[in-house]
Formats: sequence, structure tokens, C-alpha cells
Amino acid sequence: MAGTGVFSPGRAKIEARTLRRDRWWLEPAITFTVFTAFIIYSTIRAFWDVNIYSAEDHLLSPFYSPCLTNDCPEGASHLGTPVGDWFPLSPALLILILPLGFRMTCYYYRKAYYRAFWLSPPACAVAEPHTKYTGETRFPLIFQNAHRWFFWLSLPLPILIGYDGIDAIYADGEWKFGLGALVLLVAAVTLLAYSLSCHSCRHIMGGRLNHFSKHPIRYWGWTQVTKLNGKHMQLAWISLIAVWFADFYVLMVAADVFGDPHIG
Amino acid sequence: MTITESANNPKAFAPGVDKSKSYQANFKVWRGNSETGALQDYSVEVNDGEVVLDIIFRIQADQANDMAVRWNCKAGKCGSCSAEINGRPRLMCMTRMSALPPGEEVVVTPMRAFPVIKDLVTDVSFNYEKAKQIPAFAPKPREADGTYRMQQIDVERGQEFRKCIECFMCQNVCHVVRDHEENKKSFAGPRFFIRLAELDMHPLDTNDRQMLAQEKHGLGMCNITKCCTEVCPEHIKITDNGIIPLKERVVDRKYDPLFKILGLSKKKTND
Repeated sequence: MAGTGVFSPGRAKIEARTLRRDRWWLEPAITFTVFTAFIIYSTIRAFWDVNIYSAEDHLLSPFYSPCLTNDCPEGASHLGTPVGDWFPLSPALLILILPLGFRMTCYYYRKAYYRAFWLSPPACAVAEPHTKYTGETRFPLIFQNAHRWFFWLSLPLPILIGYDGIDAIYADGEWKFGLGALVLLVAAVTLLAYSLSCHSCRHIMGGRLNHFSKHPIRYWGWTQVTKLNGKHMQLAWISLIAVWFADFYVLMVAADVFGDPHIG
Repeated sequence: MTITESANNPKAFAPGVDKSKSYQANFKVWRGNSETGALQDYSVEVNDGEVVLDIIFRIQADQANDMAVRWNCKAGKCGSCSAEINGRPRLMCMTRMSALPPGEEVVVTPMRAFPVIKDLVTDVSFNYEKAKQIPAFAPKPREADGTYRMQQIDVERGQEFRKCIECFMCQNVCHVVRDHEENKKSFAGPRFFIRLAELDMHPLDTNDRQMLAQEKHGLGMCNITKCCTEVCPEHIKITDNGIIPLKERVVDRKYDPLFKILGLSKKKTND
């Protein structure tokens, strides 16, 4: 590293890459650990294609919602099976590409994984290990600019997961208030809040305007999204944990590890 | 901003020591120039309520008369006394000693993204060169009665960015230039992205700042790590309210195929 970055000629001659003594490494370490665990878990679940639906309780894993292929368990395909047989792999892969793209290009997640995985930089005022840097100007990172498209494409998914939750409450023509339905509804609400709090949504809602006074409804929408946007990081984490837990809960119920506690 | 090497009368600025409420602190202060330098140890008395700049003055007055430090208002409004305290960019005049870990030595160095002139004083002319490259505010013609009219809600977004005191700590902490000297040619940095955003959001400005930001000032090199926002002493939401909205405006113009189809990407809209 000698001769580049903070060690460049003319800058203060200090040998250490950082003089920070606080636990700057803790946040990227937590991010790395949790994201890695989620990636491993979700990859296994997405390819596994087993115990994704509890027919008795009408609980469908959010990783598989909507389930669009003929491989889907009976009763799990609320939108039918338009994909039929042509997609030979797990039906989750058709769906997960959308939230994956949305989160990979999310402005909060970019900060989180650039720090935790790419160490660019690992923390503020901590020198990064890379000798060259071009940012998001070239392939593949230039595709971060597709964030708004993933926003639009993944926006229906929380609504569909919410529909799954309601379907579990009103199953087979009878009311049944189960814990699983509540878990799905919590996942749906947090996912929707995360989506609506996104910076692209804020821009589309009104951020691109220069004359708010000429567009009072969009201005009002922009102020509401701005409030949500202030919690974007928290919503990113909460929704991730919520959807993770929802899938795990469905797995446990579908595998008969425990039954879905319910009233009615 | 001026360089005050206050060796002429260093005791003039050093607060007195109230022995009944003082304690001894160990400081390491970087001393040197663009060729050589090292951290030097100082043991110095500290009073309740003092800030790091007070202690630097006391060291300067009692132990190191030739220590160079840039400062001006001592009230967090001039942006002159930017430095790194325990490795973190901070204004020395706004960093209370009581906010630092008790009993631990305090390390003070110059900003590490800029060439050092002497001791704690750096050459921040990079920022002034970048400022020159941003076209000035270019308002549309006045209305028939010779006035401009704007609603408060149309200008208040930009007013947040006017709080900037040009301490350049955001520029200092941005890894794009801090860790890559070669990027200084093509990257304006967060301070100037919020200047561009402020002007681009202004209802009267007629210049096209969006493509300028992307193609000349290196907006695409920013990878949103938010360090600029973390260090801003004015708590300007540089990333969320400045850089990201500017990036989204660039997406409208350059990367969104739907905008291209609809013909919305050709020029800056001012609706």
C-alpha cells in the first residue's frame, strides 16, 4: 500500500491504516455474518423445494409466493401456474430474483455490503485494501442504476404475501386465526414498508420535481415517503428477518415439527 | 479561511487551568511537514468543559510554540479546525474532552486525504479547484414585473445544503479520494455533489447539472458508503438528500429505458 491513498506522497506520514480505536469492525462483521447466513439459508431453501406449503393451514413460504409452476403443491398457486413445466428448477428461483435484485441494488444494502464484503471501505476513515477504484461507473456495478426497475417488479410481492396471510386466516370457507397467518402478514407489512421507503420510490413520488408547489399531491406523497425513507435501514433489516422467520415457520409447520397454533 | 500559526502569541488563546477541576491527559499530536513527521507525546492539564482545540492551544502555549494549527471561530461555524481525533474526522472546537474515552490518550492528526503543510494544517486547495469547476447559479429571466417568485417548499430542500461550513471533512473521509489519490482528477466529492444537487433542485436554475455531475464530476464513482453524512458537523444528510437524489436524476436521463422511450431523458426538466 505504500505510496497510495493515505500513504501518498505529501500527506501526513502515518504508518497505521487507521488510528480509530473504537470497535469500527463490529458493524461490518455483524452485517457479514447475518447476510452470509441468510444467503446460505435462502439458497438452500430456494433449491430444496420441499416443505414449502402446509395444505392444512394454507401457509405458503414467502420465498415461493407466488408459486407459478406445475411443481407447486396443490392449493399453493393463487395466480395459477402460467409457467407450467418449462422451468425445470425450483419455482422459488423465478420469484427470488426480483427481491434479490431489489436488495442488491438498494442504496442501503450497497453501503452495507460494500463495507462488509468488499471492504470499500470497511468503515469510515479506515483505509481500504484495494489499489484501484472505479465505483459504479463500469460493468457490473453500473447495473446498480437498475434499482427502480427492481422496485417496480418486486412491489407486488409483499401484496401477494399479504394475500397468502389472509388466505390462511380464511381457509376453506372458515375463519382460522393462526400464528402462521400473523407471521406472514407481519412479513408482508414490513416488506411493503421497506419497498415504499426506498430512495427510488421517493424519487418517483416527487423527488424529481423542482416545483413542489405545482404538484401538491405528489409533494404530500414525497413527504410521507421521506418519513419512511428515514427508517430505510431499519426496515431493510426488520423485513429481512421477518421474511426469513416466516419461511422458517412454514418449513417447521409443513414438516410437522409443530402445528400452527390458532383460534377458530 | 486563514492559517494561524499562532506562535507569535500562543498564550493569548490558551485558556487558564482551574487546578480544582482539572485532570492530566496524554495527547499524541502529529508534528511534521510534507516530507516527514511523527506523533509527539504531550502531557497536558484539562479543565472541565474544554474541547480538544483548547488543549491544542495549551500545548502550543506551554510546550510547542511552533505548532501549526488552523482555526478561526471556535464555534463550529467556520470549518477551519478540521482534523482527525482518535482516527475520526472531527472539528477540534466541537469535540468535548468529556466525550472522549476517559483515561485514554488522545491522538490528533491532520486530515489524511490532503497534503500536509505543517503539523495539523493541510492544503485543502483541491476543494477550491473543484469549486471553480461548478458553473454558477444561472437563473431564468425575471418575470414581467422584474421579480422572481418562489414558494418556500420549492427552495427548502436546497437550503439544507446551504448549512455547509466547508470544513471539508466529508471530502477528507470519502474513500474515493482518501484511498485513491489518482481519483482527485475526476471526482468532485460529496461537498460539491450537494452543491450540484442544490443548484439542480433550484426552481430558477437553468443549467444542466445532472449530466455534468455524472460525466465531469464523477458522481458514478460514489458507492453510497455514507461516511460523508456520518462526519458532517452540520448534520446535512449528504447522501440521502443530495447524492442519491442526484443519482436518481441521472438515472432518469441516462439509464432508464422508459424515460428514453417517452423522450424524457433528452434534457433537464424543470417541472
